[in-house]
Amino acid sequence: MPPTTNHTLDEILNLAALHFKVPRERLTPDDDFFKTLGIDSLQALDLLTRLESHFRIELPDYELQGVSDFRTLASRIQARL
Amino acid sequence: MLDLRQYASLGAALKDALERWPNEVCLIEADRDREKVRLTYSDFKEMARPLCRALEDAEFKAGDRAAIIMTNQSKWLISAYSIFFCGGVLVPLDYKLTAAEHLQLLAHSKARFLVIEYYLWRAITQSPEFAKLTAEIVLVTEAPVGLSHGGGAADLQGAYRWEEFKRKGEPQFVARQREDTACIVYSSGTGGRPKGCVLTHDSYLEQCASLTAWYPFWPGVRYLSILPTNHAIDFMVGFIGPFVCGACVVHLRTLRPEFVRDAFVRYRITYVSLVPMVLKNLERGLRAKFDELKPRKRWMLERLIGLNKMLTRGRPRVELSRRLLPQVHKAFGGELRALIVGGAFTDPSTLQFFYDLGIPAPCGYGLTEACTAVTLNDLKPFRADTVGKPLPGSEVRVLNPDGDGIGEVAVRSRAVMSHYLDDPEQTAQTIVEGWLLTGDLGRFDVDGRGHLQLFGRKKNMIVTDGGKNIYPEDIEVAFDGLPVKEFCVFAANYLWPQKTLGDEILVLVVRLEQNQQFDDRLRDEIVARNRRLADFQRVGGYLAWEKDFPRTTSLKIKRGELAAEIGAGAARAGVVEV
Repeated sequence: MPPTTNHTLDEILNLAALHFKVPRERLTPDDDFFKTLGIDSLQALDLLTRLESHFRIELPDYELQGVSDFRTLASRIQARL
Repeated sequence: MLDLRQYASLGAALKDALERWPNEVCLIEADRDREKVRLTYSDFKEMARPLCRALEDAEFKAGDRAAIIMTNQSKWLISAYSIFFCGGVLVPLDYKLTAAEHLQLLAHSKARFLVIEYYLWRAITQSPEFAKLTAEIVLVTEAPVGLSHGGGAADLQGAYRWEEFKRKGEPQFVARQREDTACIVYSSGTGGRPKGCVLTHDSYLEQCASLTAWYPFWPGVRYLSILPTNHAIDFMVGFIGPFVCGACVVHLRTLRPEFVRDAFVRYRITYVSLVPMVLKNLERGLRAKFDELKPRKRWMLERLIGLNKMLTRGRPRVELSRRLLPQVHKAFGGELRALIVGGAFTDPSTLQFFYDLGIPAPCGYGLTEACTAVTLNDLKPFRADTVGKPLPGSEVRVLNPDGDGIGEVAVRSRAVMSHYLDDPEQTAQTIVEGWLLTGDLGRFDVDGRGHLQLFGRKKNMIVTDGGKNIYPEDIEVAFDGLPVKEFCVFAANYLWPQKTLGDEILVLVVRLEQNQQFDDRLRDEIVARNRRLADFQRVGGYLAWEKDFPRTTSLKIKRGELAAEIGAGAARAGVVEV
């Protein structure tokens, strides 16, 4: 059974915290991840790669265009699970 | 390479290039590690022919305008070539704009014909403004099989699949003259007044000859195209330049850093153009690798970098550097000759970092109004603290220099645009007595070798390290209806001029209603609206201003006057970060 969106979101937040070495409790679903993580769009693509290998999916770059919060990112990933 | 002096148009030069090197590979397209397309110049011609014929049949005529909205891929170049072959004017649009912005610029350019990628077309068809689409013929690339022209509810909304828009037979080449328009390239104006730079065939052919004189291409060179092809730099050095020299362009369908790094090695890349953000990313990756080395290896590496630095002080010696630092050069494929950097301010320490490794990262300076580049580092010798020397054929002057020799940079060359489309007023303000006023502040370095140094901007705009030019007027639309008396967006450096570049931000200046308090609700509203903008367009902070804005009789904000008032009456430290 595929995981729920909330579960997916939680995993994304855990992975982002781990990858960018920030305390997990500092991240919330509606955060602007560019700002919270202090990253640029290329580093965001790096994160996407980590997420792809974790969830075993492939996301084209354009899926991230205009996405800047964890919740929307989770819904894009969820749609491909 | 072709002798460009003999050609009257881009179409004519490209057409000859396809004949001249039929068996050379001109295009490779890869999606991640999967190669999808590999074309010789002869294959390219074969792919363009049916499209040219179909355009002829659709009565696409000399001077007709055609837009392209696509990520980098082989079909971008094939479409552009076909448009030029048929005598058309190309309008390359930024694929990162919104559907509403695309529709606005399509209407402004009066493009009859549009080639667009499926996901972008889908966004346009779902836009409330879709009815305003003015293009008559639309070709969609990457459309799922099964969707086609006029196929019912789930069809392409009147568009054709790129693959289906073709005809048999030999198309007739349409000649153009040097002074005819080749491209209309938008430098800004999605939210306000579109600035469509009208560039002639002469501009491009002259610019291409100058650039390739300093950085030549030849058959066998592989150029990695990762900047968007709609951008002036990639259009020139990732299409026109390589093609008129018989070289090869490599497209990647993803810009994930690890696949970009992999492509350097897989395709043994010779040149790549980058914006500072990507260069910084590569630097970060290399530094992280260096940090992982054991102390002894690290010590050895530092010594070798020092030796390379000493031996390449006067000029690059790529072969020698490859021998001294083989692991570093292997990580870039072993054939890399230069990382060409432009589009925004680049930290000199990053440029120096790569030069010291034996990978020259020449920095350039240009603007869409001047076709591609105005100055470029010629590596004789390398200078990390300048944007190089004027290219052959470009005259550069510093107007009204202050005590430090810093003034507005002005450019005169055949590469400069002829005018802004349908805007004589802005044209007259920008091109004065044949000189393009860039709005950038600079001076020639005191060493007397003609290197230009930039120090800031006179104009109200910012350039991000991703190479995006953001004009405040274009993003104000996101704040329309904000519950305040009035607001205006400025570049911080325009309000508080400083003689540096980098770390540029936009500031939202708000004037509250009488008795209105700046409360959390207003702050949240600003944050929410800001987040609706693309990440690179967002304002960095806001400032509450306590006087009414000066306005013209037609009630337009007098931006210059207001900026001077704010600059004198408020401190930059008063800007609250969003």
